[in-house]
Amino acid sequence: MQRVGVFVCWCGSNIAATVDVKAVAEALKAEPGVVFSTDYQYMCSQAGQDMIKEAIREHQLTGVVICSCSPRMHEATFRKTAESAGINPYMVEIANIREQCSWVHKDIPTGTEKAIILGRAAIAKVSLNAPLTPGESPVTKRALVIGGGIAGIQTALDIADAGFPVDIVEKKPTIGGKMAQIDKTFPTLDCAACILTPKMVDVAQNDKIRIFSYSEVEAVSGFVGNFDVKIKKKARFVDETKCTGCGLCTEKCPQKKVPNDFNLGMDMKRAIYIPFAQAVPKVATIEADYCNMLKNGKCGVCAKVCTAGAIDYKQQDEIIEEKYGAIVVATGFNPISMEKFDEFAYNQSKDVITSLEFERLTNAAGPTAGKLLRPSDGKHPETIVFVQCVGSRCDACNEKGKEYCSKICCMYTAKHAMLTRDKYPDTDVYVFYIDVRTPGKNFDEFYRRAVEEYGVHYIKGMVGKILPEGDKLKVRASDLIENKQINIDADLVVLAAAIEPDKSARPLATMLTASMDTNDFFTEAHPKLRPVESPTAGVFLSGACQGPKDIPETVSQAGAAASKVIGLLAKDKLLGNPCVAGSDEMMCNGCSSCERVCPYGAISYLDKEFRMPDRTTKVRRVAQVNEAVCQGCGACTVACPSGAMDLKGFKNNQILAEVDAICR
Amino acid sequence: MQRVTRDVLVQKAISLLSAGTVDRVLGWKAGEFSYDVTPYVFKDAEALKADFVFDDFCGANFSKYLVKECGKSEGKVLVFLKPCDTYSFNQLLTEHRFDREKVYAVGIPCDGMADITKIREKAEGISEITAEGDGFCVKTLYDGDVKLTKEEALAERCLNCKSQKHVAYDELLGEEGEVIDSGRFTGVEALEAMTPDERFAFWKGELSRCIRCNACRDVCPACTCEKCVFDNPKSGVENKAIADSFEEKMFHIIRAFHVAGRCTDCGECSRVCPQNIPLHLLNRKFIKDINGFYGDYQAGEEAYSRAPLVNYTTEDIEPADAVKKGDGENA
Repeated sequence: MQRVGVFVCWCGSNIAATVDVKAVAEALKAEPGVVFSTDYQYMCSQAGQDMIKEAIREHQLTGVVICSCSPRMHEATFRKTAESAGINPYMVEIANIREQCSWVHKDIPTGTEKAIILGRAAIAKVSLNAPLTPGESPVTKRALVIGGGIAGIQTALDIADAGFPVDIVEKKPTIGGKMAQIDKTFPTLDCAACILTPKMVDVAQNDKIRIFSYSEVEAVSGFVGNFDVKIKKKARFVDETKCTGCGLCTEKCPQKKVPNDFNLGMDMKRAIYIPFAQAVPKVATIEADYCNMLKNGKCGVCAKVCTAGAIDYKQQDEIIEEKYGAIVVATGFNPISMEKFDEFAYNQSKDVITSLEFERLTNAAGPTAGKLLRPSDGKHPETIVFVQCVGSRCDACNEKGKEYCSKICCMYTAKHAMLTRDKYPDTDVYVFYIDVRTPGKNFDEFYRRAVEEYGVHYIKGMVGKILPEGDKLKVRASDLIENKQINIDADLVVLAAAIEPDKSARPLATMLTASMDTNDFFTEAHPKLRPVESPTAGVFLSGACQGPKDIPETVSQAGAAASKVIGLLAKDKLLGNPCVAGSDEMMCNGCSSCERVCPYGAISYLDKEFRMPDRTTKVRRVAQVNEAVCQGCGACTVACPSGAMDLKGFKNNQILAEVDAICR
Repeated sequence: MQRVTRDVLVQKAISLLSAGTVDRVLGWKAGEFSYDVTPYVFKDAEALKADFVFDDFCGANFSKYLVKECGKSEGKVLVFLKPCDTYSFNQLLTEHRFDREKVYAVGIPCDGMADITKIREKAEGISEITAEGDGFCVKTLYDGDVKLTKEEALAERCLNCKSQKHVAYDELLGEEGEVIDSGRFTGVEALEAMTPDERFAFWKGELSRCIRCNACRDVCPACTCEKCVFDNPKSGVENKAIADSFEEKMFHIIRAFHVAGRCTDCGECSRVCPQNIPLHLLNRKFIKDINGFYGDYQAGEEAYSRAPLVNYTTEDIEPADAVKKGDGENA
């Protein structure tokens, strides 16, 4: 029989306001095995912890139950307390009477009753607890950053700066991401390329950083400190080690009709191309679907002109296997598709464009060399209408858009409007908005400048319909403040499309067993206190893959993720989680159910000889758990038909004892 | 009337025994009454000639017997498998429950097996049953000869036969059959159409007859655990005296969950139940739901296949949608 001590925390008034803590401590005194029970204002404080330690010594406690906040909050704290008083840290159980009790109940009798029941369940469980000792595992001192946009770049630079090797995997032929496509950045209006490209060069020149461009993560196994990753380096048909990036091939290639995705299809590139002048790595790539040589073996011009002999039409996809201690996800975002927004005539008129397309149109390196010209006829637009919240802040039932605010659109639209008025004062610029959201340093000042100094017409209301008519776009909108309908004949309409996580994020999350929200943004371990860590140990989040973000925020989060990675890689050994699965070989059928559900590949099988009661021997197939790989998720214990598989610290009989105690 | 005769099977068994391919034969032997057939391991030609039986009462699924039989000698065991038995055979292979190398499987055609309980309802005091054309002639002590049609005499699982195709064998006697689009889910649909109260009353009525003899578990080819949770004191749910009728309900519900996704719908549970509880309906509800949630899946159709419940794909139904379907259209 355990000697159990119960400690009921008030958490100031957080618990004590809805739970009669004294009554809880008193009621739990009567539970089997309880030899000591008390309450205190702040159990997690030094005085509270000292009280626990003293009680452990004085009453020779073998088990401790703390009725307090969620174990996510202070389980580690109280385990340390118990350990320092000489008992095994896994002899501590937490009854969550705050998040799951006092915060959800309004009256004291209900709150108190439930707190007693939760306490009883924890006592029933701790009575069956056994001391556990965590194993140790080494840390591979190398980090993987998935995504080479500004988030990935900053994270990689910061990790490399601390002296750890980093690999960046980028699915496009060059790093740089969305920021490389942008013209100017709010609210300072400095040129995006001018601040981004030096960082890209830093990455290329840093001997701690390797870039796997035109590559994708294919498979991930292992666990924190010891990830095994397969990276697929897609065939670009150019030997990266030989290509000097001179660009001669991209000028001579006869296939000129390849849509240029870097300019969002607004102009054409060659079948062999370098996405932009400052690309890193500055290496050509062949678009296999368009290359005449790869399609029908007729051409070979690029190979002829390449003095470095870098063209390799026989290049194959290559799989690289590498070990990492930490993984940072920086997969970024994309504007949502405008296909379904028929009301805005995006599919019908070339002159209805998205904001990212507008960036390319105004970028000096873009399809019009920075001149703002209409895509349809190349004329200078005189009336431009910007529509905000296209697909953002939609009703939950609206399948076209997203419920959330995309956060960056208000500011970049203000930027677009202001820059247009600055460069072309003869244009009329209208912005339709639901709200203008400018919480950020110097953001509101920036927006007001657009309105007050640059004379941008901001109209509160949404555009209902855009009708292409002749060379005009008839914009039908409502002005909610004036309460009237407005008709504008526009030359160009710019849609501030909502942003969504990159499509590669969902399968990646599955590989990493990292959780996502319903919008496919990665979930953080704690929204406030652990914003750059995913709930999966060793997986960190950087940039817009976690939620809409502007560049300053992305860079700060990237640095924060890097510091977490550095903290992890600086350790030589990690203490594992002793709450791992184990199979009772006498009961195991060897049926493979557990192996099939194990997300970590921790289970294997062994043909083992058993001595039977009649002194014969029998060879049986039994499951073996690799404790270093097991993460203690418990999926196997549920799948096991005979109940042979059990989870230390959460044994089936412990869980049932809790249920019994609750139902008592 | 079975299209393959007892003599053909005896011949086949004797030739395999004498060729040394197998050293024993898993077959059927007559019990006390002609319709009371029991599984038996034959070791030689004499025993086969004397006692081997094959008729309309040979419903027993031999797949499960292989789990224990395979370990008993170095030689191979000959097993006769009806089409539905081969699904259990594959499922047990998938779960690594016996050594395929130690079995010689002969697929035999099946024309449906008779259900003695159904026959007894029509004819009291049975002294002899003979196949007669498509139906049966039952000699009784009190009412003379009672003629029964196929529908009146065949087991429900055979009237709703899901497959005439053998999915595993070393040798096949007769022609290969087809998978049948059977009406086996009609009974489940009728239950789904009930209100929850009606359904509860239905199951309460059925399950309250349970005497906890464990026959359903002992015969079930999906129940081959080294140590069944119901026999294991550590599990907390081991065989207890009947404390209340709810325990019986839990037994059958726990069992249905344990075999979910692995049950091939062989129907042995209902065949052996001495209280005639339609246990197969519980399993079929699971099969129907799995088909609805993850796409059609037949356990045992393919050996070593990954069953939807122990597999993960990104197309899997979201738990919330599964719950919604459970409440509504699939309830």
